[in-house]
Amino acid sequence: MEWVGSPKINQLWWDSSLWGRELKLNTCERSHLYCARVKISLTAVYSGTVRTYQDNMQFMLLFSRQGKLRLQKWYVALSDTQKKKISREVIQMVLARKPKMCSFLEWRDLKIVYKRYASLYFCCAVEDQENELITLEIIHRYVELLDKYFGSVCELDIIFNFEKAYYILDEFILGGEAQETSKKIVLKAIEQADMLQEEAEAPRSVLEEIGLT
Amino acid sequence: MPAVSKGDGMRGLAVFISDIRNCKSKEAEIKRINKELANIRSKFKGDKALDGYSKKKYVCKLLFIFLLGHDIDFGHMEAVNLLSSNKYTEKQIGYLFISVLVNSNSDLIRLINNAIKNDLSSRNPTYMNLALHCIANVGSREMAEAFASEVPRILVAGDTMDSVKQSAALCLLRLNRTCPDLVPMGEWTSRVVHLLNDQHLGVVTAATSLISTLAQKNPDDFKTSVSLAVARLSRIVTSASTDLQDYTYYFVAAPWLSVKLLRLLQCYPPPEDGAIRGRLTECLETILNKAQEPPKSKKVQHSNAKNAVLFEAISLIIHHDSEPTLLVRACNQLGQFLQHRETNLRYLALESMCTLASSEFSHEAVKTHIETVINSLKTERDVSVRQRAVDLLYAMCDRSNAKQIVTEMLSYLETADYSIREEIVLKVAILAEKYAVDYTWYVDTILNLIRIAGDYVSEEVWYRVIQIVINRDDVQGYAAKTVFEALQAPACHENLVKVGGYILGEFGNLIAGDPRSSPLVQFHLLHSKFHLCSVPTRALLLSAYVKFINLFPEVKGTIQEVLRSDSQLRNADVELQQRAVEYLRLSCIATTDILATVLEEMPPFPERESSILAKLKKKKGSGTVSDIEDSRKERNVNANANVNGSSDHTITNTSAKPPPSFACDLLATAPPPTNRPRPIPSSSMLHTPLTPLSPKAYTPQPVTPTVPFYQVTSSPSSDLLGLGNSSAVNSASPPTSSHAASLLVDVFSESLPVAALGSASAHVIEENFSRFVCKNNGVLFESQLLQIGLKSEFRQNLGRMYIFYGNKTSTQFLNFSSSVVCPEPLSSQLNIHMKAADPVLDGGAQLQQILNIECISDFVEAPVLNIQFRYGGSTQNISVRLPVTLNKFFQPTEMTSQDFFQRWKQLSAPQQEVQKIFKAKHSMDTEITKAKIIGFGTALLDGVDPNPSNFVGAGVIHTKTIQVGCLLRLEPNTQAQMYRLTLRTSRESVTQRLSNLLSDQF
Repeated sequence: MEWVGSPKINQLWWDSSLWGRELKLNTCERSHLYCARVKISLTAVYSGTVRTYQDNMQFMLLFSRQGKLRLQKWYVALSDTQKKKISREVIQMVLARKPKMCSFLEWRDLKIVYKRYASLYFCCAVEDQENELITLEIIHRYVELLDKYFGSVCELDIIFNFEKAYYILDEFILGGEAQETSKKIVLKAIEQADMLQEEAEAPRSVLEEIGLT
Repeated sequence: MPAVSKGDGMRGLAVFISDIRNCKSKEAEIKRINKELANIRSKFKGDKALDGYSKKKYVCKLLFIFLLGHDIDFGHMEAVNLLSSNKYTEKQIGYLFISVLVNSNSDLIRLINNAIKNDLSSRNPTYMNLALHCIANVGSREMAEAFASEVPRILVAGDTMDSVKQSAALCLLRLNRTCPDLVPMGEWTSRVVHLLNDQHLGVVTAATSLISTLAQKNPDDFKTSVSLAVARLSRIVTSASTDLQDYTYYFVAAPWLSVKLLRLLQCYPPPEDGAIRGRLTECLETILNKAQEPPKSKKVQHSNAKNAVLFEAISLIIHHDSEPTLLVRACNQLGQFLQHRETNLRYLALESMCTLASSEFSHEAVKTHIETVINSLKTERDVSVRQRAVDLLYAMCDRSNAKQIVTEMLSYLETADYSIREEIVLKVAILAEKYAVDYTWYVDTILNLIRIAGDYVSEEVWYRVIQIVINRDDVQGYAAKTVFEALQAPACHENLVKVGGYILGEFGNLIAGDPRSSPLVQFHLLHSKFHLCSVPTRALLLSAYVKFINLFPEVKGTIQEVLRSDSQLRNADVELQQRAVEYLRLSCIATTDILATVLEEMPPFPERESSILAKLKKKKGSGTVSDIEDSRKERNVNANANVNGSSDHTITNTSAKPPPSFACDLLATAPPPTNRPRPIPSSSMLHTPLTPLSPKAYTPQPVTPTVPFYQVTSSPSSDLLGLGNSSAVNSASPPTSSHAASLLVDVFSESLPVAALGSASAHVIEENFSRFVCKNNGVLFESQLLQIGLKSEFRQNLGRMYIFYGNKTSTQFLNFSSSVVCPEPLSSQLNIHMKAADPVLDGGAQLQQILNIECISDFVEAPVLNIQFRYGGSTQNISVRLPVTLNKFFQPTEMTSQDFFQRWKQLSAPQQEVQKIFKAKHSMDTEITKAKIIGFGTALLDGVDPNPSNFVGAGVIHTKTIQVGCLLRLEPNTQAQMYRLTLRTSRESVTQRLSNLLSDQF
């Protein structure tokens, strides 16, 4: 796990300037190492190393009813392959749930808390011991923030303004923990940032916009 | 606010997103993306410098493409440029890109860290926040190294803005979780605790999370937070719902903060100070009271937030486990939720009650809800809720309600979801055993389990029922009767046949008095199932039959007939065939007494933790328990691997292998390694006749040159076998092999010479060769006739080797002669002189021969020792590779770090270095590795490598003509179980040879 997550070890292994000559791995060694790495990362996921981070929230996924990922936020260090695998698994599981079922699912060592808003599923993975109901309300508060900012938010808003969705999330949750739970304060911070943006940006011609100049 | 007016209106991005959305097929989408990627790439590479806006737009597009699930391998540099920009909007996109697409490229990380450093010192709160968010999002070790001391400073500085404090607190939390070793505790800790008193509830919220995390690891440092947390909590729960303004969420005062405070308090025992404790109890009571008040809103958010606080309060009450009244109140509250119309609440109530059930104060109160829980087991529509109900029933079970609960679980099992059946089976099995007052009920329950859900009854479960029946003689008769009845069913599960076969084989005599279950009837009943069963079950049944022969001499004829039938004696399955052959033979030749001893009733099993319990724990994935389980399993796998090992191991191991009788079937998986071995009083008797020599042993195949080595594979202790003391060698006969050797010696004495007589150098044995690379003494070769031991010493370019030949037989070896052969070009590189050996080696005696070696120049090959002698009328030829290797002529060289690196740099030509990366073959123990490097001949240099887990060595190879300096570095990677070995010497051939020799050792 650490090997994947932290480049530090790679560095010790592969480029310590003390040791002079830049190391050149031949392809065979490279693929060998690659295999070793993939194997490690997978065993890490399966042996529940995810748990050792003890983050409140491990990740948050927004996806459509068709299973398309609209937003992903990871509060633990994982490789892209792992992230893809986990997302696929979680999305599949949540989409298979029927309405009226409870919003909590046990998955590996974690708990998945999810809620559907119109066409979008909001889904958080939290520690097994975590408070499920308050996580459910974290999701709701985030939806409220999006709603207030975009004005009756819909899936399209999040697709076209994904960067805004990220900014709002960062203001609200940091490192997997709620940073600021007051709706007013979060929105004020975002709006201030937007102001800074508008000041900075001079109006542009349409032609320039579509890259014809 | 419509979406379009929002944001910075990057039209190009919007157009691209629309394009993607309009793509009709996956292919079209990929095509469009590739086109865009090519475009962006050319723009980034182009001569024209991009303005910030375009850069931002393209980076944003890359981000979007990445979020669609495509890999992005460029653009990082542009993103770093953006985040170093002075324009907020560019900075923001740059940070976003980096946060989402972290790259471990160290140059980049350095640049990013630089930009972050600038932003942190900018005193512009918006920039500082962006930088802190980035650290918290990436949270890599490099960042922790760079900022772990800076962030706490920002957090506690007097002039820091509230929003920055919040970011800093959570940023620090993330760093502490990633690299706790890098976050220094210090005088800032007490100031962090005082953030709990902050005016700004947002700051308090963030600080509480941080303190909870830190307090888990250093509870003493944050002890003062308890009283502050209680005070804060008390103010929140007693406030009117409007007091906290925007922190009130659907009429609930600061629910997130309340939950976090309650969580923080769960890091500590109940407060010792009476006043604080009283205040906390008041808080908890208030929270419990509020749950009874009518809701202030019909919205689900109101009830969720309120109940979130309530559940957290209950968790704290359970954690303290000291206030009986609170515990009972909590239990009653949860009881109400059990019938709530919200599925979520029912789920959580069942879950929380599970923990309440384990408290002595509330166990009884939980039990009062049994009917409701059973009801939810029957009526809940969501399987995850039903699962919780099963868990709760399991947790609330005790002697008083066990029968009811087990019955309910059994009946639920008939319709239960496939996904949870196995777990229910385990739970029923455990409860039935744990709370069994009379064991007839237990036997009935397990047989019911097998009947209802046979496929989900794992081995552990049916092993266990047999262990219990064998250990308790009061239940044996009943068990025999019950299985006999159960087997009457026309279709019964194979697991039932297994249990039935075993129990009737052991205790069938207890019911044989009844003519309805006479021995013959029992046998026919079992045999009627035989053909429907799998091989392992059939094997078990065969063992049951042979036990019948002992129990009921009157059915001997019938059973022998069955064993004799072609379908048994010539069964295609080796195990079945073997059992049939051996059992038949046993029944024919053994006297009644011997039969009675061999087939004696199984002795009781040692008491131990139920293997089922272990399995359940494992299934539930509870940390340590599962670890133990794993290692146990692994050991068993190893054991099995040995038992079923390849042909050359079989012979040795059969003597240690338990007989394929009942003992084997049951014990193979059951006992944890720590338990004493199960006593088998008749073991020696059991072993001898029943041990099946693997059929492979009968075939001529083993008589290849590898065979003599079956003993060599024995324990490492034999390496040292009596080299220092010759009498030991004389008397030594390897402990594990004596048995097998006597059995097999005939086979070998006939065939071995045939194989060995061919050409003298037909096969050079080098099995033990590599063991001598890092040491000088040990057993080089051993067969059942001869043992060759070595003792050697080397100084500079000279060496002396003592060879000890031990005659292991009781007869003389005649015409004994030995010679050392050095093939070209070795003969010019090594000078070897040997005194002739005595031509006669008496039985049980030892002979010593001295070899003088001189190294002329560096060499690769090793000399061969040829031995010839006559034994039992035939000539024996043995060729062994002598472990004279280049590294033997090492002289260790001590040097300072500075010297070392100076020399290292001097040896920087590519042909002077050989590097190998290889998988560890042995455990990566530091001490062993050190010993090996020293044994290799170099000096082990401490404090040279900046990384203390690496090993560095230096030495000089002495030959008559030249001296070759050698530097080596070995880097273990324990996670990957790999090593990297780097060797530098001034001579290419030496480097290569040493590298090959040494890399083989780890």
